[in-house]
Amino acid sequence: MLTQLRDQFRKTDVYKSIFRHSYQDTQRNRALQIVDNVFLHLHPVRVPRHATNLGYTWGMGGITFLLFIVLTITGVILMFYYRPTAQYAYEDMKYLMNDVPFGPLMRNMHRWAAHAMVLTVMLHMFRVFLTGSYKPPRQFNWVVGVILLVLTLLLSFSGYLLPWDQLAIWAVTVGTNMARATPLLGHEGPFGPELGLRADNDVRFVLLGGTEVGPPTLLRFYVGHCIFLPLIAVIFMVVHFWRVRKDGGISGPDTGKKNF
Amino acid sequence: MADQPTNEVVKPVQPQIAAAPIPRKPKQDRAPEEDPGIWRMNRRNALWVGGWLAFFGFIITSTVGALRYMFPRVLFEPPTKFKAGLPADYVVGEVSEKYKDEKRVWIVREKDGFYAIISICTHLGCTPRWLPSDNKFKCPCHGSGFYKSAINFEGPAPRPLERAFIGLADDGQIEIDRSVKFLYEKGEWGKQGSFLEYKG
Repeated sequence: MLTQLRDQFRKTDVYKSIFRHSYQDTQRNRALQIVDNVFLHLHPVRVPRHATNLGYTWGMGGITFLLFIVLTITGVILMFYYRPTAQYAYEDMKYLMNDVPFGPLMRNMHRWAAHAMVLTVMLHMFRVFLTGSYKPPRQFNWVVGVILLVLTLLLSFSGYLLPWDQLAIWAVTVGTNMARATPLLGHEGPFGPELGLRADNDVRFVLLGGTEVGPPTLLRFYVGHCIFLPLIAVIFMVVHFWRVRKDGGISGPDTGKKNF
Repeated sequence: MADQPTNEVVKPVQPQIAAAPIPRKPKQDRAPEEDPGIWRMNRRNALWVGGWLAFFGFIITSTVGALRYMFPRVLFEPPTKFKAGLPADYVVGEVSEKYKDEKRVWIVREKDGFYAIISICTHLGCTPRWLPSDNKFKCPCHGSGFYKSAINFEGPAPRPLERAFIGLADDGQIEIDRSVKFLYEKGEWGKQGSFLEYKG
């Protein structure tokens, strides 16, 4: 009776839409498990032996991606309590840390994962450099990687302001003051004054939404931190992973023949 | 023009091809053979040009619009010009921190008169503190030190603090405009407005 019911259930369209192939341990089914899954299909169907060698890749790219996922999830959770206005931001941060169950855990995970991600991105870059994996045909992916490094640093910097404490305000004051000296775009940079740039119409103003760090800055950094920069980063990550596969899978030692 | 010699090479006359050309019906998407126009503007070309113009027009105007969107017409920032009380309210030799929090300006009263220093460190933009016991401005961020005159003497600050415009308003009060700056390294400290003489 039960087996009959089960077999009947397995014939339904709903079941067959979710489980699209059998699960006997065959080469074909193993490949289908990856290929039929939208999340796994970016991952290569077959993995070369050297790719599992941690001593070669350090796993840094993968760890960076894992940290990005951790940051996305904890970040969304933090957004439930955080209001990006000068009046509430600091108190909401305090509220999270003192009165919200698991609030400190979420905030500290976000914070430490952010620190770790900057580190792992750099180590990933270092590994790619040491193993010469930036060389043709992977030179374009190196450039994409550099863009992702910059985006990681920008995410880190914009998140720095959000606690809205003294450290945040002054660190961002110092950081954005560098934008004053941007050539052609900053009002204290080369050719800036000659082009008629002032504190209220140069590139620093675009960042701050004012002539100094204030409530509009908090809002701009918040939107940039939560929406704009992650969106751009995801787009470049897709290209990054896609390029790894198109350029012959994860790089490995030169054996003089194809890796697969 | 006609008088000038020409270097034209006379082409040999091609022998006539025997078969008569196939008569073509004029098509709508093709310019007539005898059309002298440079672009041979027909419907397809017109739509091509118009389409791309519309596309780039949209992209450019929306980019310019997005950029302009980042510059609001009104800012809710404290006015740069403000009145700072009567000259007689200030004590000789003292650095007044009264307007530091709100306006980021110190007002210094010397024997001859007043000057206003903008309390933004010239290193990276922190707010220094006036230390009366040490008789100096000291920045908490990276340790830059400035004399009471605003000249830098220690730490990483590359130049003296900036002075702001100081003058007298009609009602006899001191008036300060921190949007008008006087830089020592440009020799502007002697200029009109950088110093207010005290006329008791």
